[in-house]
Amino acid sequence: MNNLVNEKTLVELSTLAALPFEPEKSKATLDALNEVLALVGQMQSLDVSNVRPLAHPLERHQSLRADAVTETVDPDALSQNAPHYEAGLYFVPKVIE
Amino acid sequence: MNLDFATLTDLQKALRNRAVSATELTQHYLTRIDALDPTLNSFISVQAEAALAAAGRADERFAQGDTRPLTGIPIAQKDIFCLQGQKTTAGSKMLSQFIAPYTATCSEKLAHAGAITLGKTNMDEFAMGSSNENSYFGAVHNPWDPQLIPGGSSGGSAAAVAAGLCAASTGTDTGGSIRQPAAMCGLTGLKPTYGRISRWGMIAFASSLDQAGPMARTAQDAAILLEHMAGHDPRDSTSLNEPVPRFSEGLDNSIRGLRIGVCREFFTEGLDPAVERSIREALAVYESLGATLVDISLPHTPYSVSAYYVIAPAECSANLARFDGIRYGYRCSDPENLQDLYQRSRGEGFGEEVKKRILVGTFALSAGYFDAFYARAQKIRRRIKEDFVNAFEHVDVIAGPTAPTPAFPLGEKASNPVEMYLQDIYTISASLAGVPAMSIPAGLANGLPVGLQLIGNYLQEGPLLQAAHQFQQATHWHSLTPPEAL
Repeated sequence: MNNLVNEKTLVELSTLAALPFEPEKSKATLDALNEVLALVGQMQSLDVSNVRPLAHPLERHQSLRADAVTETVDPDALSQNAPHYEAGLYFVPKVIE
Repeated sequence: MNLDFATLTDLQKALRNRAVSATELTQHYLTRIDALDPTLNSFISVQAEAALAAAGRADERFAQGDTRPLTGIPIAQKDIFCLQGQKTTAGSKMLSQFIAPYTATCSEKLAHAGAITLGKTNMDEFAMGSSNENSYFGAVHNPWDPQLIPGGSSGGSAAAVAAGLCAASTGTDTGGSIRQPAAMCGLTGLKPTYGRISRWGMIAFASSLDQAGPMARTAQDAAILLEHMAGHDPRDSTSLNEPVPRFSEGLDNSIRGLRIGVCREFFTEGLDPAVERSIREALAVYESLGATLVDISLPHTPYSVSAYYVIAPAECSANLARFDGIRYGYRCSDPENLQDLYQRSRGEGFGEEVKKRILVGTFALSAGYFDAFYARAQKIRRRIKEDFVNAFEHVDVIAGPTAPTPAFPLGEKASNPVEMYLQDIYTISASLAGVPAMSIPAGLANGLPVGLQLIGNYLQEGPLLQAAHQFQQATHWHSLTPPEAL
């Protein structure tokens, strides 16, 4: 199978995945991705027409419950993991100039 | 009594008979961790003070005659399970400072049953790996030979039990991450039916595959732990609402008449001849115990690795999207703008293997490739499930090797991802089908442990554990310890 990912696709994938595109690593990353995609390409040889996709191994539906509050979350415990949190707010770099 | 490699079952008796106190036992393991873990690197964090405090409370319970099944048993937990107020890293720089705000259901259940947590064990970052070389906290070394990998991703959990640093441990298995390290460290490791144990509080890798399970010295120990880990949890919408049998009862029943399927696709090129010899000898032991061997085929097995390396990365790319450097986790320094914050935080916070899998998953889910990759992989997944459903109409258990080779040297496969991925060639199909599977020690190849994999039908962990226990009554492989007498 030809290489599925080239540098242009890698730039697009990096953007979609919110990962940095690192030109100095791009050859190594491309080789690694194409090697994995060649491995998974083996599945293209199997005829799966008329087969339904399987999403849940036991084919069960996710259970639903009443839309009611069951958990109380301690904001202090959660916010202590935030890199920058003040006065009940999560801080990010300025978005609007 | 030699406490180093005592089984959980023996320790329960010793604690009840007051031959040892929970405090003595906990201190014993903590001393061994201090002495041996600098070599093994099996723990990311050790909670000595909290463990000794819990042991003190356990001793009070023994004095008052108010005990629970696991009271005073020191265990280790894979650092993927959230424990409230404790660092929970998933082996990643991204979470290296993360303090869990709540406790995972399965860890809570073990604590409720009386187990004491000694610490959190090392693992491949976000459970992605088969050698435990992908941890931000450094590689784990195999107690059987510290030059070798312990298997992964639950490599720390396996090494800690194998080295006698705890009585048992918890692991998680997405494509073989309990069974493969159990095989390589000479342990009994069980991946239950998908949904048997709650995933709540267990950091997600691939949600339709992830499953927690016990890692122990014997099938009996694994059965006891499973009883206290399993059960319906309304907080996990994929948790099975099924009764939890007393897995440890019925282990002594004979397996005469048990039909064991020997899957021919598990004995192909790539299987180490010494591993195959051990597996064939193990199958002969089963025959001598009255089981019948049945030649079976799981014809779609050759496609399992390729389907898995689409489905698991696709789910990982979605699950790991939450790490944005804002609400929790690593944030890069001096971001120029929001986009830079996202990209550099993720670029610096994730390791190379994780980033690669995120990119593969993003590719498989992207417009133009979705049908050819993700949808096709999900169709193959159905074929693989059907293989098992068909096989279990004729057999009770399926047996074969857990891994194609024994433990290999650190660094040997690190630069060859495909060879590394093929480590899971025998374990992945049970993960995709969601059936329970375990690995038990079944011999030595070149002086290193070999794992026999036993696969059961949906929710049939009981018969699986019974088959494993009966094998362990007839063989001594599970009682071997690392030769260095660590």
